[in-house]
Amino acid sequence: MVKVTVCGAAGGIGQPLSLLLKLNPQVSELALFDIVNAKGVAADLSHINTPAIVTGYQPANKEDKTAIVESLKGTDLVIIPAGVPRKPGMTRADLFNINASIIRDLVANIARTAPNAAILIISNPVNSTVPIAAEVLKKLGVFNPKKLFGVTTLDSVRAETFLAGLINVSPTSLQGKISVIGGHSGDTIVPLINATPEIARKVATLSTDQYNKFINRVQYGGDEVVKAKNGVGSATLSMAYAGYRFAENVLNSLAGKETSGSIPDSSYVYLPGLPGGKELSTKYLNGVDFFSVPVVLEGGQIKSFVNPFELLKVTNDETKLVKVALDGLSKSIDQGVAFVTASKL
Amino acid sequence: MVKVAVLGAAGGIGQPLSLLLKLNANIKELSLFDVVNVPGVGADLSHINSDATTETHLPSSKEDKTALLTALKGANLVIIPAGVPRKPGMTRDDLFNINASIIKSLAEGIAQSSPDAFVLVISNPVNSTVPIVAETLKKHGVYNPSKLFGVTTLDIVRANTFIAQLYPTDSKPTDFNVNVIGGHSGETIVPLYSVGSTGKLYEKLSEEQKKTLINRVQFGGDEVVQAKNGAGSATLSMAYAGYRLAESILKSLTSSEEVVECTFLNLVPEIKGAEEAKKLVGGLDYFSLPVKLGKNGIEEVKYEILTKISDDEKKLLEVAKEQLAKNIEKGVSFATQ
Repeated sequence: MVKVTVCGAAGGIGQPLSLLLKLNPQVSELALFDIVNAKGVAADLSHINTPAIVTGYQPANKEDKTAIVESLKGTDLVIIPAGVPRKPGMTRADLFNINASIIRDLVANIARTAPNAAILIISNPVNSTVPIAAEVLKKLGVFNPKKLFGVTTLDSVRAETFLAGLINVSPTSLQGKISVIGGHSGDTIVPLINATPEIARKVATLSTDQYNKFINRVQYGGDEVVKAKNGVGSATLSMAYAGYRFAENVLNSLAGKETSGSIPDSSYVYLPGLPGGKELSTKYLNGVDFFSVPVVLEGGQIKSFVNPFELLKVTNDETKLVKVALDGLSKSIDQGVAFVTASKL
Repeated sequence: MVKVAVLGAAGGIGQPLSLLLKLNANIKELSLFDVVNVPGVGADLSHINSDATTETHLPSSKEDKTALLTALKGANLVIIPAGVPRKPGMTRDDLFNINASIIKSLAEGIAQSSPDAFVLVISNPVNSTVPIVAETLKKHGVYNPSKLFGVTTLDIVRANTFIAQLYPTDSKPTDFNVNVIGGHSGETIVPLYSVGSTGKLYEKLSEEQKKTLINRVQFGGDEVVQAKNGAGSATLSMAYAGYRLAESILKSLTSSEEVVECTFLNLVPEIKGAEEAKKLVGGLDYFSLPVKLGKNGIEEVKYEILTKISDDEKKLLEVAKEQLAKNIEKGVSFATQ
């Protein structure tokens, strides 16, 4: 009996994401929250013949706080795609002003109504919205770092697809064989493609130019889609898939299914809250506290993470990428923290 | 090497449908066609790490016919969600004028570029658009009725869900696979609850409950159109249902498992069981019935179910037949004018 709540369910990502969740037989209740159209989306999905009972929640007016509370009551997993997407020319950071408030308010509600739920944050800029969530949860005295996840899975999905094309293997075969760490925007994204020997051998055949182009493509894959959509939006379907892939990991862990042997999916997490996390941050990350690392899940939360610097192969080139990433990350994290400090909850 | 083409890939149904297809391991190539926005949808989907490659096709102008032909080249299966959706108060028939022309020109493209493909028609009103496709393919001398499917799967999906909702502690929607026959709109939809695994549960319902249940399956589409309040009609559940039929057809192509699905088909003598079925449905040329799927498409119409239905269901069938005859005629006339 697992209840999942989607905040932003009627949006471009929210709708296909909610469809994929409705198709998962492990979900017994699916609560769809949005400020508009949630009831229509819920009516649509409710007709699908899978077990999850689907309910739509939308506020009757700006002051109505009951809809969000009802959608969160008793929930085990909250996934948040809410917010505005990029237009051509915008960076994820440009979304900060609008999305920061949305996340702050949603997470405050989660803290008050469903403090034990796992929280998956898709809303950009993830590098800042996750620290915002952490600060809100801390302020309200319910922060559990093992249950706060920034969703970076789309970077892994892109790395698997783009690398597969370059080294001539099937994209599905790379899942679990490479990893993406760091943050979730531009040069804070660090693909680690030498972790599995058989793949590292093929990677070694790439020219410097091919390698650099690959890195650039993974880092700016989001921009590629924003451009192709020409003002209509950003990645929705691939983001729904990626968000679902990570949510499925969490749901599987709730059902007692073990994370498979190969490299698990990464998530952008608060390291000092995890065993060995402070040490990783101090030794390898110049004290940066939020970083995406592969995570092993158990019972709906993080059991441990895979220290990439000690357990995966990190090349010199990749170490340089990490250095650049840390710069961008510390600024974004500070911005998120400062936002909450200045906010009233 | 299965290539699937989606015509209308950037629409409300097309996008989630294309996502589900992109995730299907049996599909090697996914070809996306639409008149707007399809390059963006294609770029988005192309990032997903499943093995299907994606290609997009957008006409450069209203006159450009090549994009459609290229999209369809080599396609083994073509699925068509293209067209406009209903607004509150509209029937599927109200869509006829716009969608009939769209379907006709898409069928012309199929006739030229992929005449051997399986064709799955989602665009409403299905009762009329399927005959339009058939007549258009006939005109070009490439018509194979075993490969033409009107997608009615959403009615089956709804029928399963709605009866499970009446017995929440005793059942789940996945327990059932109700046969829904007839057509794909309002009273042409005939759920056969008395037959199969729902028989006992259906019998326990009061007359009032039975009526409400039947009505809900028949007007489930309206329920969603109302709930969406002008924002559209069923998209996500339709994407799922369309995907389910495509997946069943692909399964019947790649495995020896017997696959049976209800679909709106042309009852012609070439298809085993179709003549018998036609006699039992008052001579209608098109009707939705359970069919056995195989490597060449529809292998057999399982018409026997028509002899097992209840008296009430016979009455529903009479109403359905009347309306369906008109819908079919409308489609045939449009295509042959």
